[in-house]
Parts: sequence; structure tokens; C-alpha cells
Amino acid sequence: MKNSPIDKAAAATPDGVARRIRGLSDRTIAWIFVAPTIFLLLAVNIFPLIWTIRLSFTNFRVNRPNNDVEWVGLRNYQRILSDPDIWDTMQATAHFLIWTILLQVLIGFTLAYLINKKFKGNDMWTTIIVFPMMLSPAVVGNFWTFLYQPQIGLFNYVVAFFTGADPASFSMIGDVHLAPWAIVIADTWMWTPFVMLICLAGLRSIPDSIYEAAECDRASKWRQFWTITIPMALPFVMLAVLFRGIENFKMFDLVVQLTGGGPGNTTTLTSIDLKREAFEKWRTGYSSAYAVILFVTVFGLASIYVKALNKVKER
Amino acid sequence: MKSNLMMTAAAGAMLATGLSTAVLAESHATELTLCWAAWDPANALVELSRDFEEQSGHSMNFEFVPWTSFADRMLNELNSGGQLCDLMIGDSQWIGGGAESGHYLQLNEFFDANGISMDDFIPATVTGYAEWPKNTPNYYALPAFGDVVGWTYRKDWFERPELQAEFSEAYGRDLGVPASLEELRDIAEFFQGRDIDGTTVYGAAIYTERGSEGITMGVTNALYNYGFQYENPEQPYDLEGFVNSDGAVAGLEFYKSLYDVGTPPGSSNWYMGENIDAYRSGQVAMQMNFAFIWPGVEADENVGGGRSGYFPNPAGPAGQFAQLGGQGISVVAYSDKQDAALEYIQWFAQPEVQAQWWELGGYSALKAVVEDPGFATSQPYAQTFLDSMAIVKDFWAEPAYADLLLAMQSRVHNYVIAGDGTAQNALDGLVRDWTEVFEDEGKL
Repeated sequence: MKNSPIDKAAAATPDGVARRIRGLSDRTIAWIFVAPTIFLLLAVNIFPLIWTIRLSFTNFRVNRPNNDVEWVGLRNYQRILSDPDIWDTMQATAHFLIWTILLQVLIGFTLAYLINKKFKGNDMWTTIIVFPMMLSPAVVGNFWTFLYQPQIGLFNYVVAFFTGADPASFSMIGDVHLAPWAIVIADTWMWTPFVMLICLAGLRSIPDSIYEAAECDRASKWRQFWTITIPMALPFVMLAVLFRGIENFKMFDLVVQLTGGGPGNTTTLTSIDLKREAFEKWRTGYSSAYAVILFVTVFGLASIYVKALNKVKER
Repeated sequence: MKSNLMMTAAAGAMLATGLSTAVLAESHATELTLCWAAWDPANALVELSRDFEEQSGHSMNFEFVPWTSFADRMLNELNSGGQLCDLMIGDSQWIGGGAESGHYLQLNEFFDANGISMDDFIPATVTGYAEWPKNTPNYYALPAFGDVVGWTYRKDWFERPELQAEFSEAYGRDLGVPASLEELRDIAEFFQGRDIDGTTVYGAAIYTERGSEGITMGVTNALYNYGFQYENPEQPYDLEGFVNSDGAVAGLEFYKSLYDVGTPPGSSNWYMGENIDAYRSGQVAMQMNFAFIWPGVEADENVGGGRSGYFPNPAGPAGQFAQLGGQGISVVAYSDKQDAALEYIQWFAQPEVQAQWWELGGYSALKAVVEDPGFATSQPYAQTFLDSMAIVKDFWAEPAYADLLLAMQSRVHNYVIAGDGTAQNALDGLVRDWTEVFEDEGKL
């Protein structure tokens, strides 16, 4: 007589149920376990996606339930892709994405590299550095709005201290040339710690023995950095870039809080524009087409990127 | 014996009547939810509604949402046929959508049956808050809160002899309430960057907000007065030459010049709250804002108590107009407590309740209240409120108002704040945007 928990469970199963299960193949049992998840995915992800694609070919407006819904073919796509204002928002999004990722990777990796060195107070500094990412983006947006205030803002005073300019002479969120940088700075402040943590994980995963072997071969620190540290941490850095890229492509709350998309449309990112079309103008068909275009863009770019990431990991 | 019997019968009848009334009240007691924006007048309404609760036996719940997300939240609620709100004090621009999409009950029969006449309310508020289509006797709301854009100024600064002398020398006239928008800009420029009591102050806080409706609610006060019209008065939805007329272009240029020469640095995304803060903290000499803030200004320890004055939006070359604010109260068609909600409206329409509404800080739109001989002197801002309500104009109230509003926000902000292109380009672009909206709506 075996006494393992499985045997006990089998013994406790009523005969009727046991007879029914006994006839099921492993494949069927596997499907029974996976089915709820598949059902949820279909209900929550796939069905809305298909529904959105269908709506994108119509003139449906959710706030006009009594109006007839007309099939408009590719008109929504044509209007979006030929609208210069939408290309401006794409450009604003690209500027935001490129600069935030670049700065966050550079600063995050540098911080991770420094924190990875063993020194007194290492843990305390790590905690202090990761603090911004624990805040809500809306709070950070609000907080930076005050920092950027020309009359009372700390940011302007710091800049004035180093440049000698009058703090009230420039407005980070009111000037078309400065506002795109204002959102880049705030996002970098908030999310660099996230990149740092991922890079730190990468750096800590490199075995000491590799560096010891390099020391034996009399490799310089500079050479060790470029031939050991960077290649071995690269998959982690790329992963951080992927996460931040996807997150920043859909950036909304922080920017809305900071600039409201202004001045003019200077900081109107695609997510803000899409929200206005979908939930302020209620152009459901049009905004569905907009969402599909953005989805295809992000999905396409992410797929290419993930393939590149896998290649780097295989090396 | 007979009398005893009669007394017993009478007592029994009274008891029965009392019991049945109590039972009736109990069975009809309803929990009503009123939805509105989260601002000072809403608090006054909570106070006012206590009387209704006592009289009717119904209890009131309130759902107040900050202005910046009020439209998003409440229109979402209406569009989804939600039953959160039984009563909605919705923005004046929602009336077209509320009526055409069936969100609001039409109130004509109810008004007729209960002796509520729209002739008893300020005409502009009836047109602005209650009628759809405009200028037709189809009512979907009762004017609840009259509001209009006006100006608040630092009377104590204006009265300083040294500033008066300096202003007089520079501009050749007295420093006082401006008679025109040009004069207002001069005053803003005069105060810009000036040192007052050791603090640098600025000219005027004006509406510049990008995200919701701010800059549109501000710029229209200049546009109207320079000749902007929403459409050809003879031909609806004919925009060319009216939205982008020479006068409209001059009005938009004026607003930009006011922003450039007379507003605090960094005020590129300001609306009601930011303007109030700037004014109360002594940063600006004047502020543009809706009249609802005036009771708060009077009560403020820094700027109240006679230190502030009020004036209507000054005239421009094409006349004197001001942007209408305010809201009407409607019964939500999806509510299953419509009878109780109508009871609330009936109660709210009473002259004595409206008088109390004004006392508590709510701007009544009932003629009996505002035309009372004592009204104009009842508060320092009462006369300005009356004068301003006489010159109001409102934004589109079409079902597609949001499309129209967001297009204007974008075009105007791009020119006034971002300095992109010319006023003519901005308004020509606006004509194109609005034409597209009306074409989509099947109105062109």
C-alpha cells in the first residue's frame, strides 16, 4: 500500500469520477487545465482585438447608439495616415521615445555599474535611487509641474544658478522648444532606476571567475569592460530597452499632468491623441483604426526587436 | 358617549392618516444621486438640499467630479446608459447631445403641469442651459447655476497714488476699470514684472489650458468682441468668413498679445484653479475667471474684504460680449427614480429656494431673485454678475460639441501659446476642422 499524497487523493476520488477520468488521455487532461486560460485570453484580448479591427472599418460612434453604423472601408485608415497632425504626434512620440530610452540606458547603466561596486552604504544608495519609480506617474507629473514653475520652481533656479539666466525668463512647459525636453527629463528621472535595476541584475549575473581569468591574462579594466561586461550585460540592457520602449510608447498620465499635450500640440503623444479621439470626441470607428495602426507598429517593432534580443542571448 | 365615540373615531382617523402618510413617505423615500462638478457651488448645493431631504423624505447622494475630468466621467456615464446619476447638472454644451441621444428627459410637460415657466428665468440661461434645438421651446433642463466669464482686479493696487500717477503719465488716462480690451491689455502690461511690496507681480491670469476647454473659454471673450461669429446668421453651419473674419483674426491676435505682454511666466496651461491660485497669492493684478469664484475671493483673507473689485469682460471694436458658463439641471433618462428626481427639480425651482441658493453662494438664474431691488447691492460682485449675464454668448451646443471644442483647443493653443503660424492660419484651419465635423454629422 503506497501512502503518497497522490495515492491518497486517488483513493479519495469517488468511483464515478475516477471511472470517467480514467478514460481521458493526457492530451485531453492538458486541454482541461489550459482551457480556462485560453477562454480568458479569447474573451479579454482576442475578441476585443477582432472587434476593434471590425469597428475600424465603420463610422460607429459610441455616444450615438441610435445612429446607423455605415461600413466606410479604408476611409478611416486613409484619413489617419494622410493627416499631418497625426504625423506630428508620431514625431513627438518618436522624440520622446528615443531620448528617454537613450538617457535612461546611459544613466541607468552607469548607476548600476557604480552600485555594483562594493562600497559602504551601497544598499542605502540603491534604495534612494529607486525611490522615484515607486511614485505614481500622476504624482510625478504634478511634482515636476511645480519644479518647472518659472517663479518658484527649483529646476529653473538650479539652471539659473549655473547659467546666470533669470529663472523667470524661461518656461520649461510653456515653450515649444523646451516642453519636449521637459517631459523627457521628468520621465528619465522617474524610470532610470528601473533600467538601473535590470542592468544591475545583468552585472551581478556575470561570474567573478571570468574577470579573474581576464586578470590572469593581464587584460586591462577597459578591455574587461568592453569584452566581458558589455557583451554579458547586453541582453539585460536590451530587455530594459524593450520594457521602456513599450511603456513609453503608451505614455499618458505623466505627460497629461505635466503639459496636457501642449503648448499647442508639441507634446501631444499618440496615446494622448488616441484618447481624445476615442473618449472625448467619441469617434469610435476612427479611433479603432488609429489603435490598430499603433498596435501593428508596436507589435511589428517589438517582434523585430525580440528576434534581435534572442540572437544576442544565443551568442 | 357620542362625543367620546366621535373623538375616538377622529383620533383613529388621525392615527390612520398619520400612519399611512408615514408608510407612504417610507415607501416612497428614495435615495437620489445628483452628479455635478466638484467645486465651491457644489458644496453650497449640498447645504441647500438638506431642506429638500427634510421636506420630501428622500435622501440625497452627490457625485462630484473635478472639472478637468468632469466631462470625461459624466459623458461616459451618460453614453453607457449608466444609472449612477438620477439628476445631472451637466455643462451647457451637453444639452444637444443630451437631448438628441436621449440622455435627458424632456421637461416641457412637467413644467406645464407644475407651473414652472421658463419666462421666469434669465433668457440667456434658458437658451444656454435648457433649450434644444436652440431658440425653440423644447426644454431638457432647468437653469440651475448662472455663470459667466468676468474679471477680478486688485482694487487696493489700482488705488495706490504712486501707481495711479505712473500709469496716468504712461498711458494718459486714469488707472481704473478698463473700458475696452485694449485698455485691459495696457493695464496688464503696466503691472507686468512690477515690484509691489517687495514681490514681483504680473498683469493678468488668463485661460490658456490645453487639455479640456480652458483656452477656448478664454479666447472667445476676445473673439466675440472683435467680430467672431460661429456661423452665418442667415445660413446655419456656413462658417467661411464668420469664424475666420478679419475681426476674428484681430481678436485672436489680441489674445496672443495679451498672453505675450501681460501674463505670468509659465502660465501656458492655466484654467480656473491656477488663475484663482495666482490671484489669491498676490501674483497678478487681474484675473479672468468664471463668476463662481467671486464669493470665494470676497471671503479670502489676502484679497477679500474690499481689496478686490469686479468688472464684466470689456468691450472690443465689435461690441461687448462674455463667454457663458453655468449649467442646467436635468433628469437622467436612464434613472429608475425619475419621479423623485422631478420632485427635486420642482422644489429647486421655487423662488424661496432660489433666493436661498443665491445666499449660499449659488448663482440663481431666476428673474425674481436677480431682479429683486436689493440684489445688485447684496454682494460687491452682484451688479457685475447682472451686467455680465446680459452680454453672454455660448460655444456650440451641438451633439458633436466635443469634436468642435477639441479642434478649437488645438488650433488656438497652437497659435496663442506655441506661436505656430498666424491667427489667420489658425482660424482658417478651424473652419476646415469644423466643416469636416459638420460634414461627418450630415449637417453640410
